[in-house]
Amino acid sequence: MKNISAVAGIVIKELYRRKDFYALFIVTVVICGLMAMLNIYNDTNIVRYLKEICLDLIWISSLVIAITTTARQIPAERENRTLLPLLAKPLTRTQLILGKFLGCWLACGLALLCFYLFFGALAASREHHWLLLNYFQAGLMHWFLLGVIVAFALLGSLIFAAPSSNATICFVLVGGILFVGRNLDRVALTLREPTRAIVNALYYALPHLEFYDLRDLVVHNWPLVAWKYIVLALLYASFYMAVFLIGACLVFRRKAVN
Amino acid sequence: MTAILRTEKLRVEFRSRDVGQTTKVALRGLDLEVGAGEVFGFLGPNGAGKTTTMNVLLGFVPPTRGAAYLFDIDVRQPIARQRIGYLPELTYYYKFLTAEELLRFYAKIFGLPRPVADRRIPELLKLVELEPAARRPIKTYSKGMQQRVGLAQALINNPDLLILDEPTSGLDPLGRMRVREIIQRLKNEGKTVFFSSHELGEVESVCDRVAIIHHGELKALGRVADITGSHANLEKAFLDIIGYPAQPVS
Repeated sequence: MKNISAVAGIVIKELYRRKDFYALFIVTVVICGLMAMLNIYNDTNIVRYLKEICLDLIWISSLVIAITTTARQIPAERENRTLLPLLAKPLTRTQLILGKFLGCWLACGLALLCFYLFFGALAASREHHWLLLNYFQAGLMHWFLLGVIVAFALLGSLIFAAPSSNATICFVLVGGILFVGRNLDRVALTLREPTRAIVNALYYALPHLEFYDLRDLVVHNWPLVAWKYIVLALLYASFYMAVFLIGACLVFRRKAVN
Repeated sequence: MTAILRTEKLRVEFRSRDVGQTTKVALRGLDLEVGAGEVFGFLGPNGAGKTTTMNVLLGFVPPTRGAAYLFDIDVRQPIARQRIGYLPELTYYYKFLTAEELLRFYAKIFGLPRPVADRRIPELLKLVELEPAARRPIKTYSKGMQQRVGLAQALINNPDLLILDEPTSGLDPLGRMRVREIIQRLKNEGKTVFFSSHELGEVESVCDRVAIIHHGELKALGRVADITGSHANLEKAFLDIIGYPAQPVS
């Protein structure tokens, strides 16, 4: 475990010493801060639009941070040749993969915490109340969604040669699942065999990332989701993280180091 | 003499994925033995199989046939690397870290207790003359400084065996001299050093024994004086052993 935490520590240091997170955070703060100052049509419900836009920016920023940070990890180690002294130490390839995953996931969690604190402060300044448990549920689900994406991007970084191609594929796939994933079963009904069977198989095989989108919960101050469903969703995400990580470990074991 | 590093009939083949390409044999039954406290020079022209041998010793490449051992432990077991230090050729360490943080990271991987790491890190930074720059990010370092950070990370666990892949490559004469001095100091401390280099003068001055390989085969092995023999220096002997034809000067 000490090896995994050592590798994870380096990834977290990298995130807070690079400019990516700060740039995205500042952009979100500036856009939302400016919008919060506006009073459009004296509409008291305008705060909901503000919250929605702020959450959209947080989602986009978190996806960018998760995918770009993860996609460059192993390729950068290979390109800079730091992989050689690292694996020449008593560190297994599985520990390296797990350390990179943990580091990226925790780094995303820290970034999310900053974003949600800002979001909470912004919403509280207009609504004068703070639905802490709603924010917690939404943030927790968001973090587990990022866990699945980080594990997938890590696997992709071992398969695709360039970090940019891996990042593009991850963005397209995540966007595709979020926007059309939930409708694949209905699309399958309109198709003929064997395409129907293939689309149906995809519907059940792909992780349903849309389960983790609880933005409406905090935008409209809806009642909390039952905790048993939250636990089931977290287990579902953990299953996909495990599948992608096992895949990454198996691919990396066979990969030439230099 | 106890063998710290040993290879037995080591053969490595790389199969090409391209259609019509044949298998490349990088090492052909290499037998080597390096004893405790030796400074051993591993020589050969580019593509001779030096780096492949090191990659096998470090567990990066599995041998096709034969075996390699460090401290009598098969190199395929990660524990074989507990007592070694490795400096690869031209590495660009994490540029967002300082030298001190980098060494602390590697110390953690070796499982060094914090008080030991606290004592060891300043010692190493002093040894490689990086004390004034210890808290500066590595991205601000020159090539020579980066190479010295590399040397410090290779020594973090106080290894009994050091594997150095062209440690002076890309360094200016002053940088080379510093690295040579460090190798000499390690030799005096009784460490075993296994290193590859193209700087034959440097090999001549610091090595106890040398091995010369060419096309994956061991061509010569012995004390520097024995290999030099009747030749004027090690460079002349090296060229003769690898079969470099003497070119008449027109």
